[in-house]
Amino acid sequence: MSIWRRGLGVDVLATIAILLIAVICFYTMPSNLSLLTRIIAMMLLVLSIDLVTGYAGVATLGHAALFGAGAYGAGIAAARFGVTDPVAMLAIGVVCGAVAGGLSSLVILRGRHLGQLVLSIAVIMLAREAANKFAVWTGGSDGLSGIAPSPLFGLWRFDLWGKTSFWLAVVLLIVTFLILRQIVRSPFGMLCRAIRQDETRVRSMGGPVYLTLVKMYVISGAVAGLGGALSAVSTKVVGLDSLAFETSAEAVVMLVLGGTANLFGAMIGTAVFMWFEHEVSSINPFHWLMIVGVLLVTVVLFAPRGLTGAISSLWARFARGGSQ
Amino acid sequence: MSLLEVHNLSKRFGGLVVTRDVSMVLNPGDRIALIGPNGAGKTTFVNLVTGHLKPDAGTVLIAGRDMTGATPTQRVRAGLVRSFQVTRLFPEMTPEEHVALAVLQREGRAARIFGDYRARSEVMDETGEILDLLHLSAFRHDRVSDIAYGQQRLLEIALAMALRPRVLLLDEPAAGVPSSDTVLIERALDKLPPELAVLMIEHDMDFVFRFAQRVIVLAAGGVIFDGTPAEVAADPQVRAAYLGSYAE
Repeated sequence: MSIWRRGLGVDVLATIAILLIAVICFYTMPSNLSLLTRIIAMMLLVLSIDLVTGYAGVATLGHAALFGAGAYGAGIAAARFGVTDPVAMLAIGVVCGAVAGGLSSLVILRGRHLGQLVLSIAVIMLAREAANKFAVWTGGSDGLSGIAPSPLFGLWRFDLWGKTSFWLAVVLLIVTFLILRQIVRSPFGMLCRAIRQDETRVRSMGGPVYLTLVKMYVISGAVAGLGGALSAVSTKVVGLDSLAFETSAEAVVMLVLGGTANLFGAMIGTAVFMWFEHEVSSINPFHWLMIVGVLLVTVVLFAPRGLTGAISSLWARFARGGSQ
Repeated sequence: MSLLEVHNLSKRFGGLVVTRDVSMVLNPGDRIALIGPNGAGKTTFVNLVTGHLKPDAGTVLIAGRDMTGATPTQRVRAGLVRSFQVTRLFPEMTPEEHVALAVLQREGRAARIFGDYRARSEVMDETGEILDLLHLSAFRHDRVSDIAYGQQRLLEIALAMALRPRVLLLDEPAAGVPSSDTVLIERALDKLPPELAVLMIEHDMDFVFRFAQRVIVLAAGGVIFDGTPAEVAADPQVRAAYLGSYAE
């Protein structure tokens, strides 16, 4: 893991790398900016799952509920209450996500192992059904439209090509990444990793287990909510698919693909999965799901610790080879 | 003031009485060994005292406070710390992280969201001192799953020390350690603060006789003997119940 885990230097390098990739993407594929923005929104969801599942060890297949809470929170504020300032919409999304995270943790943390997974699925089902039923607020199955964010800081309009959304997304990703790097190497982050490995041992050290997990869920909800709000701001619609079980499950797959308990894993897994899906579905619209399946089986068989795990092993082998 | 008082503790599982009216008092500086044949109820007793099981009757006082209904976590914070018979550590973390986590936990800062603990010199200094004391410094950055079992046992003791308990329950600290390394554990236990009260469950009688000032013998859930190591070896009842040929 050492390659991913070296203090501030890595933070700076990673920030530069993200910016560099963003600039390259911006100039080489100007027609794909909305896809790239969607990928970043999804990265925020996958990062938030990494916090609760990868770091703290709580299995969940219902995390899109928090993403959806952020998306609907921001969307309803804009479409029903006229809050069109994009920064305010994002802030509302963060708060809604955090509240939804706190509430769903009270349900999900009641369970253990398989029971926990089932409870998390129940949460996403209930959230989706609630959004479907309260159509007056949410637009139900037609989706919530009429979201018209005003220009960012009064300067940059949300243009047809999605340039503003794209740069907004890149900045949000970098800020979130840097904050999460702080959190995962704080005492709290270490406590979460300890809880994942043996919570009885943490208790016998006098450590708070339940409250720590609730806190991690709230933080995770804020990140997922930010992703949802970003998607509401950039696409200007919110649909029931943002509260789908499938979205939750796909996000978990992306995390496993990239490597758990690693913020880089969450980002790399999402980018690779969504880009691959996009390319393959345009090359072969009939069999693309099968090809995606083959990719996943290959990765899980040959790189059980995900893409970042495979990179660490290669790095370790390379470093050993070099020193001999 | 006594640090741990147990009065008339009883527990039954169905028709089986596993703890029968057990009382004991631990004072500062005590080094007491709890011995008894398999099935005597030693582990149940530890679980009752640490709060992992609820007693049917009896009380547990920690440093004078009634903690009979308290959770295990509350008891740890009141100063009652245990180690485990089978090492329970965090396999993916390093010894340094283990000890730092315990130090931070003791200071009530383990749940802080911001700030790298490695930048806090007083935490790192104390962590370094404890690792040095137990000869673990050479492995401080290795994953715990990669270090030898004897060292893992030492790390269990390091964790207990970092929590600065008033009462320490050691559940077979030398279990699973090759006899050549038992001396390392014994040396580590010699370094425990003198004012700490220690109750050790152990099977190795040589170890018990070297360590303990007092020996309590448990059989069929009840205390059958309480005295010095020399007395316990001479007691006919204990011989019959437990020591058997060892005392010959």
